[in-house]
Amino acid sequence: MNEASAPAPHLSGGRSVARVMGLVLLALLPYALVHAWLYGPVLPLQLAVATAAALGAEALALRLRNRDPGTALRDRSVLVTAALLAAALPPFLPWWITVFATAIAVLLGKHAFGGLGQNPFNPAMVGYATALLAFPQEMTRWTLPVTASPLDWSALASTGFASVLGLANTAAIDGWTGATALEALHTGLAQRLTMPEIRALPAFGTFGGAGVEWLALAALLGGLALLLLQVIRWQVPVAVLAGLATAAALGRAFDPGAHAGVLLHLFAGSTMLGAFFIATDPVSGAASARGRLVFGAGIGVLTYLIRAFGVHPDGFAFAVLLMNLAVPLIDRHTLTQVHGRART
Amino acid sequence: MPSRKREVAARPLLVAPRPHRVVLALRQSIDGGVDLEPCIAPGARIRPGDCVARPRRADGAALHTPIGGIVSTLARHPLVHADGPGPCVIVEAGSSPDPESAPSEPLGDGYRALAPEALLERLRDSGLAGLGGAAFALDAKLDQARNRGCGLLLLNGAECDPWICCDDRLMRDRAAEILDGAQVLLYASGAARCVVAVGDDKPEALGALGAGLAALGDERITLQAIPALYPAGAENLLVATVTGMAVPAGGLPADVGVLCHNVASAAALARFVRRGEPLLRRIVTVTGGGVAEPCNIEAWIGTPLAELLALAGSGTAPPERLIVGGAMSGLAVADASAPLTKAANCVIAATAADLGGPRSGPELPCIRCGDCAHACPVDLQPQLLHWALRAGDPLALARLRLEDCIECGCCDYVCPSGIPLTARFRAARAAELRRKEAEAQARDWRERHAAQVVRRERVAAAERAQFERARAEGDGEAGA
Repeated sequence: MNEASAPAPHLSGGRSVARVMGLVLLALLPYALVHAWLYGPVLPLQLAVATAAALGAEALALRLRNRDPGTALRDRSVLVTAALLAAALPPFLPWWITVFATAIAVLLGKHAFGGLGQNPFNPAMVGYATALLAFPQEMTRWTLPVTASPLDWSALASTGFASVLGLANTAAIDGWTGATALEALHTGLAQRLTMPEIRALPAFGTFGGAGVEWLALAALLGGLALLLLQVIRWQVPVAVLAGLATAAALGRAFDPGAHAGVLLHLFAGSTMLGAFFIATDPVSGAASARGRLVFGAGIGVLTYLIRAFGVHPDGFAFAVLLMNLAVPLIDRHTLTQVHGRART
Repeated sequence: MPSRKREVAARPLLVAPRPHRVVLALRQSIDGGVDLEPCIAPGARIRPGDCVARPRRADGAALHTPIGGIVSTLARHPLVHADGPGPCVIVEAGSSPDPESAPSEPLGDGYRALAPEALLERLRDSGLAGLGGAAFALDAKLDQARNRGCGLLLLNGAECDPWICCDDRLMRDRAAEILDGAQVLLYASGAARCVVAVGDDKPEALGALGAGLAALGDERITLQAIPALYPAGAENLLVATVTGMAVPAGGLPADVGVLCHNVASAAALARFVRRGEPLLRRIVTVTGGGVAEPCNIEAWIGTPLAELLALAGSGTAPPERLIVGGAMSGLAVADASAPLTKAANCVIAATAADLGGPRSGPELPCIRCGDCAHACPVDLQPQLLHWALRAGDPLALARLRLEDCIECGCCDYVCPSGIPLTARFRAARAAELRRKEAEAQARDWRERHAAQVVRRERVAAAERAQFERARAEGDGEAGA
C-alpha cells in the first residue's frame, strides 16, 4: 500500500497521445493506396524521406533544448507531421525539398515555440507554405495521374523514384506533369477562357480534379473513420467543408462565368485531406466546440477567397495558418456556459 | 467507464460484528467538514449509543459510540481525511460485555404529533448526517430547507461510480425503510412531494422501491430512473436531471427549492425514528482485487478499515492502493488502521490491474485535444484552465470559473497526455480558498485596528477634556 498520496481519480480511460497519433496514421492508409494506384508506389519513398528528416530534426531540436529525446519521440506526433507532409506535397517532389519542408515544420513550426502542444501554427502547414514560397516551380509541378498520363503505371513508378531521388531527366519533365484542376481554372480564367472550355481541359475529372478526386474520396473515407473512432470531432471538418461550399455556391450564384462549382472545390486540391487531417490538429486549433465551428468555417471561406481572388491556385495552407493566428481571439469569445451560470 | 459492481451488489449484505475497539474520528467527512469537540473524558465508562463528541457548528452532527467500554485515549490517529491524521476518541470494549444501553425512547408514529421544529430538535442529537459524502448534519439541512421553503425532496440513489454499490444493496434490502424515512423527511421539511432518483443500471433496486411504493400508497412519492452515467449523482447535476432546473453554480439545491438527501440518510432517519438508534452504522462496499469476496457490509462507525477488509477475505494479490470513496473521486489512504467514518461509502483494495496498470508513461504536454471539455459535466474548459494554471493567471482562472469545478475526475480519465488535472484544480481551489480566508482575516484585523485607534482617540480626548475642566476649575478657585 504505497502511493497513498496518489490523487483521485484512480482510473484512466487508457487513451494516450501515442495511440491517437497511431490511429491518425492508420486512417491515412486508404489515401496511400489510392496514391499508389494513381502515381506509382512513390509515396512510401517520400514518406521515408520525410520521416527520416522529421526524426532527425526532432532529435536535434530536443538535444538543443536539453530534453530527453526518448520520451518526446515516443508520442508519435512527429510521425504524423511527416506523414501529412508526404501526403500533401507533390508526388514526385525532389527529396531535398521534402527534407526542407519537414525540417522547417519540425524546427520552426514546432520546436521554436516549445515542442509538442505549444505550437500556435500547424507545423505541417508551416513547412508546406515555406516550401511553396521557396520553391514555387517544383511545388506546383503536379504529376499527371495514371489515368491521364502518357506513361503506364510501371513507367510512372520508375520516373517517380528517379524524380524524387533527383536523377530524372529535367528535359522530360513536361512528359509527366500537368496543371492541377485549380491551376487550370486559375490560368484558364486569366486567359479569358469560358467555364465550359476550362472544364473540358484534361486536368478535370468526373466531379473534381483528374485523379485527385479519388484521393479526396480516400481522405474522406479515412476522415470518417477518425470521426467514428472519436479521434477527431465533427465540428472542424464539417465547418471547413460547409464554409468552402457556401462561399463557392455564393460565387457561383453571383458570377457563374468566373467561378467553378461547389463539387470542384470540395474534390480538388487538398480540401478533403486538409479538412479531416490538417485543420483538425487540436494543438493549433480552437478549444471549444463552438470555437471549432468558427475556426473551421474561417478556413473554408479563406481557402475559397484565396483560390478565387488570390495569386495562388490553392490556398488551404495559408487559410489554416491565418486561422491559427485567430485562435486566441476565437477561444476568448467562445467560452462555454458553465452549468448553472448565466452566459457572460 | 466499465462498471465493476454488478456481482458485488448481487451478493447478500454482510452484517459485521461489533468491534472490540473503535476509533471515532472527530472529522467524519473526507475533506473539509466540521471538527467535533469530545464531550467525554479519557477513562470514562460509556455504553453503546452514548454521545462522545458534539459539533461546534450547526451543520455538524454529534458522534456516538457503537460499543460500550472505556474511553482509552483522545489522540491523533490516521484518518480517512485529505489532511491526514486527526484527533480521535478511542473506545476499548471492557472485558465483561456492557449491557446494551437502552436506546432513547423511539418516536415511532408519534413524530407526527410533534411540530416539525420540535422534531428537528429531537434529531439534533441523533448523529444523523448525510451518508452520501459530505456528512453534514441532517437536521441542519432540514432546517435550511424549511427556511427556504423547499417544495421538492429529492432522494439520491444514482450511485454512478463504477465501484460503489452500497446504496444499491440498501435499496434492494430496505426499500420500505427508505420510503418510511422519506415520509419523515417530507413531514420535517414541509416539502410537498418526493422523487426517488435511481440509476437505471439498478433494475433490482428500482423493482424493490416500486413494490415498496405500491404497498405504501403515498402519492406524494414517485420513483424515477435516471441514466447511470458518472457523475450523474453529483447533487446539482442530479437536480438538473430530475427537475430541469440548473442550480446556480456554487449554490445549493435549496436555491431552486430542492432538498437533496441520500437514500441511505433516509433509511438511517427511519431507523432513528422507529428504534431510537442514533447513527452507529452504515452500509459500505468493500471491494477491489485485493479482497477475495467483495461485498457490501453493514459496519459500525469507527471500525478500522483493516477489519473490514478481513471480513471481505484477504485476496491473493496485495493491494497496490487503498481507496476510500469511489474510484473516481475517492481518497487514497496510507494506513489501513484508519477508521470507518459516516461519509465512507466504499473501501477499495485496488490492485495494479484494478487501476488499469501504470500510466503509459510520464505526463506529456497538453495537445489541446478538447476531450476533457467534452467530458466535463459542468461544461468547463479544463484545457484552458490547465494553461491558465501554468501561466499563474488568477484573472483567467476566475474567468474560466475554476471555482465551479466539481472535482469529478472525468477530465483526467479521458486525458491522452495523462495530466493530473483534477488534482491540480483541487490544489488551486484550496489555495484560492486559503487566500480568501487570509484576506477576510486581514480585513477583520484592519477594521479592529481602525476601531482601536478611534477608541483610543476618544479616551484621550475625554481625558484631555477632563484635565482642561479640572484646570479651569482650579483656576477659578485660585481666583476666588
